[in-house]
Amino acid sequence: MRNNNPPKLWRFHGGLTLPSHKTISMSATIAPAILPRYLVLPVQQHIGAAAIPTVSIGERVLKNQNIARADGLVSVPVHASSSGTVVAIELRAVAHPSGLSGLCIVIETDGKDETFPTSDASIPYPQQDPAQLRARIRDAGIVGLGGAGFPTFIKLSPGARAQIKTLILNGAECEPYITCDAMLMQEHPREILDGLLIMQHALQAQRCLIGIEDNKPAAIAALMNALTVTEKQFIEIIAVPTMYPAGGEKQLIRTLTGIEVPAQTLPASRGVICHNVATAFAIAQAILKQQPLTTRVVTVTGSAFTQPKNYWVRLGTPMQDLLAHAGVIHTGSLRLIMGGPMMGFTVMNTAAPVSKTTNCLLTQTTDKSQTKPVTLPCIRCGECARVCPAQLLPQQLYWHAHAKDFDKIQDFHLFDCIECGCCDYVCPSHIPLVQYYRFAKTEIWAKERETQKSDIARQRHEFHLSRIERKKLEDETRKRKKMELLNEVDAEEDQKKSAIEAALQRVQAKKAVQQLQPGSTENLSDTQQQLIQDIDQRRTLYTEHAPTSNKDTNP
Amino acid sequence: MITKSTTPATETTTNVTRIMLLVVLALVPGFAAHLYFFGWGIIINSVICIITAYFCESMMLRLRRRPLWPFLTDGSALVTALLLAAGLPSLFPWWIAVIATAFAIIVAKHLYGGLGHNPFNPAMVGYALILIAFPKDMTLWLPAHADGNTISFFANIHFNLLGNIPNITSFDAITMATPLDTIKTQLHNGLSMEQINAGHAQLSGALYGHGWDWINGLLLLGGLFLLYRRIIQWRIPVSMLLSVAIIASIANMVDSAHYAGVLFHLFGGATMLGAFFIATDPVTASTTPRGQIIYGCGIGILTYVIRVWGGYPDGLAFAVLLMNFAAPTIDYYTQPRVFGYK
Repeated sequence: MRNNNPPKLWRFHGGLTLPSHKTISMSATIAPAILPRYLVLPVQQHIGAAAIPTVSIGERVLKNQNIARADGLVSVPVHASSSGTVVAIELRAVAHPSGLSGLCIVIETDGKDETFPTSDASIPYPQQDPAQLRARIRDAGIVGLGGAGFPTFIKLSPGARAQIKTLILNGAECEPYITCDAMLMQEHPREILDGLLIMQHALQAQRCLIGIEDNKPAAIAALMNALTVTEKQFIEIIAVPTMYPAGGEKQLIRTLTGIEVPAQTLPASRGVICHNVATAFAIAQAILKQQPLTTRVVTVTGSAFTQPKNYWVRLGTPMQDLLAHAGVIHTGSLRLIMGGPMMGFTVMNTAAPVSKTTNCLLTQTTDKSQTKPVTLPCIRCGECARVCPAQLLPQQLYWHAHAKDFDKIQDFHLFDCIECGCCDYVCPSHIPLVQYYRFAKTEIWAKERETQKSDIARQRHEFHLSRIERKKLEDETRKRKKMELLNEVDAEEDQKKSAIEAALQRVQAKKAVQQLQPGSTENLSDTQQQLIQDIDQRRTLYTEHAPTSNKDTNP
Repeated sequence: MITKSTTPATETTTNVTRIMLLVVLALVPGFAAHLYFFGWGIIINSVICIITAYFCESMMLRLRRRPLWPFLTDGSALVTALLLAAGLPSLFPWWIAVIATAFAIIVAKHLYGGLGHNPFNPAMVGYALILIAFPKDMTLWLPAHADGNTISFFANIHFNLLGNIPNITSFDAITMATPLDTIKTQLHNGLSMEQINAGHAQLSGALYGHGWDWINGLLLLGGLFLLYRRIIQWRIPVSMLLSVAIIASIANMVDSAHYAGVLFHLFGGATMLGAFFIATDPVTASTTPRGQIIYGCGIGILTYVIRVWGGYPDGLAFAVLLMNFAAPTIDYYTQPRVFGYK
């Protein structure tokens, strides 16, 4: 299959070889799912701002009709996935780890599946401006279908500074059980390649790599066969070792190109962009067939089904309807996981609808999860650090998360954790490590919001204080100036007054000197002189002692 | 704080009990050699230590209001008891063993927060305590079996429980110091290695220290088994053994008359027990890759230094405890480079 020169691959730290459980859902082709009676379409199926409903209750909508417009830059619209009547716009259970509700547009379908008329087939995309292509991809409501749900058009805007050299399609699909991408690659390789070419055009990328885990030979073969001779010159399909989490964005980039994307930065800064294969398919549908994103492939698998398989599911289909359609055989209670066993989360309410990011519905019989062994203290065995693809020290993160030491935990790079669950999987003490990290992250975010709030409040308060201070200062200066002005007016008069006063003082001083000087004492006899001295002595004695009695009365 | 949605939703294969039981399994060959060369004492001491350990463990768990079952079955008390017993002489008063074990479990383990929270290796804390408090009892060993002095099970247990041996007038008549101790004392008395070896038959085993070489060799085998099963990682034992070997060979090269050879240090005393079973105790060791190398080297160097120049015949317990002190700091300064930080 490959030429003589297999491409050089790089290795990322850690990782796990997991039992794949993939074949159980790959024996059948992708089947169409039911048209449910009600479609529940959340206005938030992506990362960013929620879309704003543009329809009202009672309005009839058609398939592919835009029913909620994008709000702001990081947002995409939502489209009706079948025709019918809007019966409610309200909070409904949505699939989210928190189990909270979200605003949804509920459509009662009419079974006609009438399509909204599209504009005429537009000019072929190679003649279109990349900006125009991005706008169309945005209008089609396309987000990353690998699970994160980040608006795709943003990741197709390289920005002014970054030159995108390499465009990577992620077909690794490393989580156990999930096969939706593998099946899509097997059945629709041409569409995926078309989508890739459109992305390449939008990004003006030089070369394209498609990374697929080597446990999917059928998918690799299908894509290889679909490649034309000219495409082979710039598109490379590369089998990567099956090693969870090979499909993590930065792990795949590392494996294929050797580039280690710096922490807290986007791959675009290193000239690489990575998209999911299902996203490429959706783009081809949007640009070549004018079809917005209204369906996706969902793997419905796990122990509750006789025949786990993949379905083309209309977005908004309640999970319980899909499960019933797929034929749940387990009569007891089920644990329903959205996503894979490693990174997925338990769906609290099966009425929650399938959204753009629902790649897999995994069922577990609860009696199995009940036997989950008790959690013991961490014995610091370090297995977690050995398998961590982010090269973190999970045991230290756990220690500080447990102690709620949120400063220290950031010293150990909590925010570089990708929550892949490898540490959790190998922990001999069965500590739900990722739960602790999610908890710590949420706490830190909440604290940051609090600080921001209190910062704003403090700034306001400080501004208020400074305003008062300034006013006081201004008042004082004004007062002082006024006083100075008054003083200047009086200055001349003062001068005259002081001159007169000085003259008077001089006269008085002269008089005083004359009075004090005893006159005609030169010719007195010795006895007379003696008498005068005695009198002087008595006088000084008297003046020293007499006035004190009055003062002493005060304590 | 923890919601019911726990990922990953897959079953893991390992657990703490399994790890501890594999450690115990790896100890078996070494213990068998001990039994062969030094008689029933290792079994008697092990039983005394295990009973004490489990008694103290349940008492402390109850006092701390912790569930008994998951912690009693985790196997950690068993490992602590066996590691302690591995270092006790055959003829050894039961109550000293009880003191050591009780101190290890109650003070070194549970007062610090129980499994996973103890900064110091509990077995080594207990061992260091009695090493300081009862030095005479700790250094008197039966000669290895080859010399024909091994006593019967009943005589042994009689001594351990009641303090005397029937039909033997003097305790000193049947016991002697360990090879490490002998060499240390004789070197101190001014003899050279050659003279010491000539005068003591029990030192001239295959690798010096007859009996001890077998015990260490089989413990090495157990350690390799743990490495193979990935219960322990290679860095600590390798760096510890290498550092002992390097210092010993340098000293021996410089002055072979006064410094024993590399093999004597590697296969004498508690070297292998320390390298594979004690220094690798994950709770108290360093956990970063570079930190483990530093930690292992530290234990190796300190063991040699205390052995050769210190006041005790063997230095492992103190070396481990000293490095336990340093482990958190070592970990802090040897954090691996996180992905994306170049």
